[in-house]
Parts: sequence; structure tokens; C-alpha cells
Amino acid sequence: MEKLIVSSSPHIRSGASTQRIMLDVIIALCPALVASFVFFGPRALVLVAVTVLSCVLSEYISRRVMKRKNTVSDLSCVVTGILLAFNLPVSLHPLMAVFGGVVAIVVVKQMFGGIGQNFVNPALTARIILMNSFPADMSNWTPAFGWLNGADATTTATPLAVLKQGGEFSFSYLDLFLGNTGGCLGETCALALIIGGIYLIARRVISPVIPVTYLATVAVISLVAGRDPLVDLLVGGVMIGAFFMAPDYTTSPISRNGRIIYAVGCGLFTMLIRMFASLPEGVSYSIVLMNILVPLIERVSLPKPFGSRKGDGLK
Amino acid sequence: MELTFPKKPFRTHGGARVPHHKNTSQIPTAVLPTPKQVVIPMQQHIGAPCKPLVKKGDHVYLGQKIGDSDAFVSAPIHASISGTVSAVQQIMLPGGQMSDTVVIDSDGLMEADPSIQPPVINNYEDFLAAVRASGLVGLGGAGFPAHVKLKPAGKIDTLIVNAAECEPYVTADHRGALEDAGAVLDGVHAVKKMLGIERVLIGVEGNKPDVIKLLSKQAKDDSRDPNHQVRVLTLKTRYPQGAEKVLVEACTGRRVPTGKLPADVGCLVMNITSIAFLGNYLRTGMPLVQKRVTFDGGAIANAKNVMVPIGTRIGDVVEFLGGYAKPPKKILMGGPMMGIALTDDSLPVLKQNNAILAFDEQQAKLPEPTACIRCGRCVQSCPMLLVPTLLEQYTEQKNVEELQKRGIMTCMECGSCAFNCPANRRLVHSIRLGKSYVKKAGGKR
Repeated sequence: MEKLIVSSSPHIRSGASTQRIMLDVIIALCPALVASFVFFGPRALVLVAVTVLSCVLSEYISRRVMKRKNTVSDLSCVVTGILLAFNLPVSLHPLMAVFGGVVAIVVVKQMFGGIGQNFVNPALTARIILMNSFPADMSNWTPAFGWLNGADATTTATPLAVLKQGGEFSFSYLDLFLGNTGGCLGETCALALIIGGIYLIARRVISPVIPVTYLATVAVISLVAGRDPLVDLLVGGVMIGAFFMAPDYTTSPISRNGRIIYAVGCGLFTMLIRMFASLPEGVSYSIVLMNILVPLIERVSLPKPFGSRKGDGLK
Repeated sequence: MELTFPKKPFRTHGGARVPHHKNTSQIPTAVLPTPKQVVIPMQQHIGAPCKPLVKKGDHVYLGQKIGDSDAFVSAPIHASISGTVSAVQQIMLPGGQMSDTVVIDSDGLMEADPSIQPPVINNYEDFLAAVRASGLVGLGGAGFPAHVKLKPAGKIDTLIVNAAECEPYVTADHRGALEDAGAVLDGVHAVKKMLGIERVLIGVEGNKPDVIKLLSKQAKDDSRDPNHQVRVLTLKTRYPQGAEKVLVEACTGRRVPTGKLPADVGCLVMNITSIAFLGNYLRTGMPLVQKRVTFDGGAIANAKNVMVPIGTRIGDVVEFLGGYAKPPKKILMGGPMMGIALTDDSLPVLKQNNAILAFDEQQAKLPEPTACIRCGRCVQSCPMLLVPTLLEQYTEQKNVEELQKRGIMTCMECGSCAFNCPANRRLVHSIRLGKSYVKKAGGKR
């Protein structure tokens, strides 16, 4: 008889892989990608291509330089690239987008050990660094459909900016739901993001705990504060944050209870920034802030081993 | 406290949706013709190994006791064929430990020991003595001596018969329940009467409707049970329903505290094949000498259950089934989730063995591990509410204190975490290593 393989149990696997999970996330981002093209034109696709390429090359080169295994095939760098583009205004200079990709992958992800090791969300952190490096370019919003009527060189105010500055709020719920407003590439179309989110939940890539808790927290605080909860849910980055940013595995708690605490925190800080800070939008900062708090949340939220709770045993 | 019979199982945590592969559940059990030789280790149970009572050249009958021990936690070993002892030697068991082993060459007669007769039972002490003499150990896989289990420290109000059989491929309990349902109920009523138990729950996973139907009917029609205290409970088809602590919670809602046994929450859990053996033994007096074993996997030509004398070499059974269809790359003793990978097929079938799986090259291949992405699937799938990825990290750091704090000794190595891990981390392997660090450091939990 030929030599037999002897290994530790279990001897079968579910077939799940990191690559398949990332592919599912990419599929889930496709509706929003289509929406970004519809509202912002071919420039949107170019920007996505630029950030994806920048992220993939950054991953490849940084792994190479550090003499580590090439991990481009797990597709996580592609996801980061798409998400980064989705958080940029369409008019941003491609070189700035390239810089964003390098920051996300090299500084935020690989310098901390690569996939699974970064303590903040790479795409969001890169966006924050870009916002602080190029504040004017990062808040230069092109109107939706501007590319069709030759208005793609003009600028408009995002619904959030209007809310902040107290101008006349002329957006209908339908406009906000479909994304017929100015804003970042991938964040405006709530419909497309919800479709993607439902796909992720149906494929069991993410659990509904974080998105539902996050959205519910935003809505409740908005209601209590006397704002319009529907508007607060539909404007800005709340939808993309709830379905694609906050549930990021590496930077969110691992247990269900931890996820609830974390998502409540994300919603709370989002609303606090919206209501009291000088910035119009708080999704990026709130999620990155909660990312940093994850180790503390884990301390209080990890499950207690079976049989070690008070009350276990015969009553 | 009033005992109720749950209509639905209680909620349990975690687990995995494993593929069933119950390919052999509808094929009647084949009986292996007497093998030319059997190899019977003296350690086929948890506890003290037996000392051989025979020497080279001795004639033995089928069912004759050939090994025993003075220790309480142990179970005697019997000859599974009649013939001549050709050697008493040491072999290495699948777990890696060495064991004295009696090799018997068959005389082809299967001549039963003339002293065998049904045990006479007048009281509980007689019952325990008879169970010990039968050589019965937990046949679900653990191999815990039955007479020890049947002498619990506290009051038992519920007998749980474990017919979950949640491991993929394995159908030995399934076939046993169908082919020997009468013996199951005989065993149940014997234990029920001896321990004064008022509630018996036969837990069967929902993927075995034929077993549920048959046992429900038999239990209902049984004249020994006018108050209908023996009932079948359909369990959720989700691995690991058959794990003892999970099963206790699913059937009664009681959670066994850390470091305690089901008996500490008033439950006695017995595997259905153990119960059926007990039923037969009390009628005939024939000790545990044969076992129904599922032979399956991509490398086996004719997968089915086979009734084999204990100690039969695995290769001999495969030959009886028409040999290997493809070259085997991995041979498992037990199911694919918790089974032990064997080094070769000359090892014998043991008492607590319920399946032999021979995997072909494709089935034997495991994907390479990649970096943990903290997806949390291991946490969600752990029935013992542990954090496997953390245990892996602490094992790498040899951090015994944190390992203990995180409850590593509570892990039963069911494999749900590693099965579900998209990064294919060898979580169970790490945890085993971590447990050895804890034991070395003298820690107990």
C-alpha cells in the first residue's frame, strides 16, 4: 500500500475561501459600480480602474519587497481599490487616487502584516488621509448626470452639506434613494448598495448584525434629535458604511455581542459628527474610531465558555 | 420538578452544516465471513488497559474472556472468534499508544464458549456486574466503560439515547436502529428500570425519518411503558448534535457546567448501539465481540455497513467488500470530522469503532492555510462558545494562562471551527497542541 496521509481532524472542509469571500464582495459592489457610471459617467470607471490598479500593484510590490508570499490572488486588494474609489469624488485627479491606493495598501495594510492584521479600514483611512491632504479636491462634488449635459466641470453641494449649512433642502426621497445627487462615486445610490448588502447577507458573507444595528442606531438618534431619519439614512456614506465598511472582518469585533456594541458606536459617532462637528459627514471617522476601539470591545464581549456562566447546571 | 417531554429540541449554539454523505443508510448490513485471524488489543476503552489472560498456543472460544483488569474504570476483552492464540504482542494503536494484543488464528468454527448464558439479574448490583462482564463500552466512539457510567453519583431523571449520528458518512447507528429496534427498547427498559428513570428521550437527527418513524411506533406500542415515558425527539440536523453536552442541552435545556458530567445535571447519555447491545446481551449473555461498522469513502468499491468480529483487520473487510476502487490516500477510523487518520489498513476494528472511511486522492487533499481574516466563523460555529482563532494565537505564543482563561480544555475537538474556516487554519490541531501545553504546565479546568 502507498503511504497514507496522516493529519489532524477534521478531514473535510466547507469549501469556503478568502478568495471566494472577496469575490462575493466584488460582486456585491457591482450594482453600485453601475450606478456610479450612470450618475457620473465614464470618469467614474476610470477612477475605479486607477485605484484598483494602484492597490493591486502596491500589494504585489510591497509583498515582494518584504519577501513574503504574494497575496494578490486573495482579491482583498481589489476590494480595497473599489471601496476607495467609491469614497472619492469623481473629479479627483487620478494621481491623488493612486496615492490613496498606496496609502491604503502599503501603509495601512501591509506595514501591519497584511490581510487580517490591519487595525483600521484601509480604504477609509486612505480617504481620511486624502481629505486632509487635498481638502479642496476631496470636496469638489460634480452633479449627478453632469457628464451628460456638459456640466461635469461644475460643482454642486451634497445633500449633507446643504443640511449642514442650512440651505434649502430640495432633494426628494426618491432622488436620495436612487442616488440622483452629488457625492462620492459609490455612496450616493442607496438602492444599489442595499442590493449588494442583501447579496452579502444571503451568501452569508456578512451577518446582518452590524448593518442592521448601525442603521437602526442612526435612525433612532436622528428621530430623537428631531431630524428626518429617512434623510439621515439615505444621505452620505451611511449605506456604504453599514454594508461594506463597518462589517469589514479584520477591523470589526469577532463575536455577535461585540458587533452590536461596535455598530451602535458607529451609528452614535456618525450622528454626533453630523449634528455637532464642523464636518458635514461623519461616517468615515466614526467607523475608523470604532475600528480603533475593537480590542477594547473584544475585552468585554467575547463569549464565555460553555458551562462557565452563572446559572449553568441544574436549576 | 415535573418532567416534560419537549416537542422540539432546545436551542444549542453553533455547529456546522456538514454534508451528509449517508450513502449507506438504505443498504442492509452485510455479515463478514469469519476472518482467518483477529488482532485484539487489550486497550479498547478509556481507563486501565486489560492484562491478557491467555498465552500463545491456548485454545479460545468465541466470547471467552481473554483480558481483564482489577481497576474499576476498565472493561474486559473477549475473543471474537474461536481458535488458537498465535501470539501475544505489542502493537501501536491509532492514538499512538502501545497496547498488549492477543492474536487469534481462527479454527473456522465460531464455537461459542459453553459457559455463556443469559445473566441472572435480581438487583442493581447484579445488573452492574453483568454490564461489566459484557465488556460494554460507549460505542459512540468515546469507549467509556458502561458499568462506570451506569453507576452515577447523583440522581438521574433522564436517559438520553444518542441516535443523532451527526458525523458525515457514518450510518452504523442508523442501520442498527432499523435492524435491531426491538433490542434498543429492551436496553432502554432495562436501564430505565434499574436506575428508576422517569423520562427517556431518544434523540435522532431529522435526516433519519425512517428511524424516527420506527422507534416512535415501537416506543408507543410497548406494553412495558403504559405512561409513555419513552419518546423519540427529532433533533435539528446540524453537526455536532450528537456531542454529549450539546445533546443534553438540546434534549433538556440543561447546560453541563465546566468540568462536570451529564450526570451532574441528572442526565445519562448512552449511544443507541450501546443500548441495543445491552438489550441483546441481557437476553443471550453473549459479550461484546462484534460491531457494525460503516465502510465508505471514495476509495471503497462497495460502501456498506458490515458486521465484523472485533479485531478484524481493516484490510480484510475491504477485501470482502471487493477491494479498493481507487488507491486510498487517507484511511480514517471514525467520521471525517473527528476520526483518526490511520497509518495503514492492517490495524484492527475496535469496540468503539463505528466507521472506516477510505478517502481517495481528491478527498484526502486539504487546502493550504492562509492568513486569518477575523471573519468570526469559528466563533459562530463553536458549540462550546470558545474563540478558536484566539486559542490558536495563544497556542503559538505558548500562553498557558490565557489558554486556560479562554477555556481551551472545554474544547471537544468537534472540528466545526476548522470546517468552516475560509482561511483553512488548522484550528483543531493548534488547540490540541495548546491543550498539551496546559497539561504540561499542570493546569486543570
